Amino acid sequence: MQPSSSNFKPNAAAALADSTLQRALAKARSGFQSKRARARSELPEFDALCEQAKDIKNHTLAHLDLYLEIFEQKVTESGGRVHWARTPEQARKLILGICKEAGAHTITKGKSMVAEEIALNPALEAAGFQPVETDLGEYIVQIRKEVPSHIIAPAFHLTREQVEADFRRTHLDLDKDRSLTKPEELVAEARGILRDKFVKADVGITGANFLVAETGSSVIVTNEGNADLTHLLPRVHIVLTTIEKLVPNLSDVSGILRVLARSATGQDISMYTTFMTGPRRPGDPDGPEAYHVVLLDNGRSEMLGAEFQDMLRCIRCGSCINHCPVYGAVGGHAYGWVYPGPMGAVLTPSLIGVHEAGHLPNASSFCGRCEAVCPMKIPLPKMMRHWREREFEQGESPRIQRMSIKAWSWLARRPQLYRRVMGPLIGLLGEWGKRRGNFRWLPMAGQWLKHRDLAAPAGRSFHELWQLEQNRRIREADIRR
Amino acid sequence: MSSQSDRDAIIGAIRKNLGARGDEPGRRGRVRTRIERSPNGIIPERAGYDLAERIDQFTASLKSQGVTVEEVENLKALPGAIATILAEFNLPAQLRHGDDPLLATLDWSDTLIETQTGAAHLDDATSLSRAVTATAETGTLVLTSGTNNPSTLNFLPETHLVVLMTRDLCGSYEEAWDRIRAIYGRGNLPSTVNYVSGPSASADIEQTLVRGAHGPKRLAVFLVAEK
Repeated sequence: MQPSSSNFKPNAAAALADSTLQRALAKARSGFQSKRARARSELPEFDALCEQAKDIKNHTLAHLDLYLEIFEQKVTESGGRVHWARTPEQARKLILGICKEAGAHTITKGKSMVAEEIALNPALEAAGFQPVETDLGEYIVQIRKEVPSHIIAPAFHLTREQVEADFRRTHLDLDKDRSLTKPEELVAEARGILRDKFVKADVGITGANFLVAETGSSVIVTNEGNADLTHLLPRVHIVLTTIEKLVPNLSDVSGILRVLARSATGQDISMYTTFMTGPRRPGDPDGPEAYHVVLLDNGRSEMLGAEFQDMLRCIRCGSCINHCPVYGAVGGHAYGWVYPGPMGAVLTPSLIGVHEAGHLPNASSFCGRCEAVCPMKIPLPKMMRHWREREFEQGESPRIQRMSIKAWSWLARRPQLYRRVMGPLIGLLGEWGKRRGNFRWLPMAGQWLKHRDLAAPAGRSFHELWQLEQNRRIREADIRR
Repeated sequence: MSSQSDRDAIIGAIRKNLGARGDEPGRRGRVRTRIERSPNGIIPERAGYDLAERIDQFTASLKSQGVTVEEVENLKALPGAIATILAEFNLPAQLRHGDDPLLATLDWSDTLIETQTGAAHLDDATSLSRAVTATAETGTLVLTSGTNNPSTLNFLPETHLVVLMTRDLCGSYEEAWDRIRAIYGRGNLPSTVNYVSGPSASADIEQTLVRGAHGPKRLAVFLVAEK
């Protein structure tokens, strides 16, 4: 999709003013948090399992070249094919090529954020194919010509009433007077419509939650079973995924699965976890006849060995998003690209550049909840700070901000001068704010103070107080002597 | 189409940024050991120590997901138990299963149930599969593809019945993988391995859980005690 992350500020303002969106967000956000908390409390080993999950991914990333080679070899041995794509453009080309070769018309899709990352649907449509999203949330988003607003709940931003209106608008063959007031009725209607598409599909495209080097398997986790019908029914199955999804072996994937669903939806495990290894074997009565894995890099290899490597541990559980006060207030679309919330604020600048996405790492109060709930222990606030530094170095931040920070740093590196300038200023502010103890307004800081108060300084700087204390001690020592 | 050069460029970039060449014996050795031994990590206590504990945890987990769990004494009693459940669900006395030798031995003559075999058809109301193993820790059935238990049976019909021999119940996922490795050989898997932990569900509309999204609306598990 075309990024609009540089519009974060107006996007966020519009989101805050959108009463329907605010109603949808209010309904949705508390549920995820309490469910995760309960799932964690019911598994005494949870925190230790998170540490272990972090270690598994760190080990894999440090040996990623070797595990990728083994994975490719195992996929080939099982009768599948691995394709490598450095860029989104290459990935789209590879997939279009496979679909053309298969003589495809209808293409079913399991939810894949990587497919969003490479804007696959518009490319498929432009080439004359009919891509059909099969995850319920993603299907709703597709018929609205929108993009997901949450990585595990694509229709997080919508109310039931909006979904009902969309179904009535698009499912014109059905009885006009049917009841669609209960979520059950909406789910049943989507099931009926999509069952037909599943049967017609020539190619199925899914993402992957994990890739297992030991067996050459792609692992996919769903509650609906839509990815399974996308994998099993069409003649050709394409797994579109990225290089950092790898884990060494089946024990490693078992360990990480124990923290994935608990962190995401608060379930002990999702309803379906599927290990897909190559096409159907000779004699098998079902399963795909051809099996392809498209491995996309898109900037990830450049994150290795550098300050953003830890982000490659991310398993896309969405926990940081579910606990983020900024996401909770503005929803996912304000972020302007595929990955919203704290994980998006770190990942998006890596993938599309800090020039386009510089606002995202700034859209944080640094409350730290994202890092606290991350099962992979990714230091998200620290990495957002790295992006702010990078933005500053590259001259991307606003001029006034840059000049103030530069002036401050010039002054702060000259202690004598700093004390001479700041001493009187602190005294003045201390005197001025003495009565209330804080400021609601200050010149040049009106915007910043609109939503918070600034505590008034004590009137004397730390240095002054320290000096006084030292003098007192010397005097006391003198007296004693 | 993808060329060798794209592959080499990606692997090359990874090596450059990791400061590695790819032929270091230490790195290769660590990777080989990890693949060949796949050492177990932390196994949660809830995986259970003895069979009784495992049956309790397995049953409780499945029931919490709206799954019917029936304990059956032996294979002889299984067709009758299945007939009772189909009647309870108000379903036609028909089902489809694969060529699993264990299912092939079932004698349906005392019931009204008509059975068919093969992969799932679109109009099948009910399917019957045998789980090759299962794990107690989350109430998870493990099903493998092939003629014995075609994978479409796990997803297309609205009602899915699964037979699990109690002797096949494991505690943890790791233990279940050891059983699968014993069947297929280390490093090899059939085309599809499904973990099934409940009926199909979706919470995509206002985070309200609705059962019966794309896969089965109902899941019933028959735990057969026979040795």
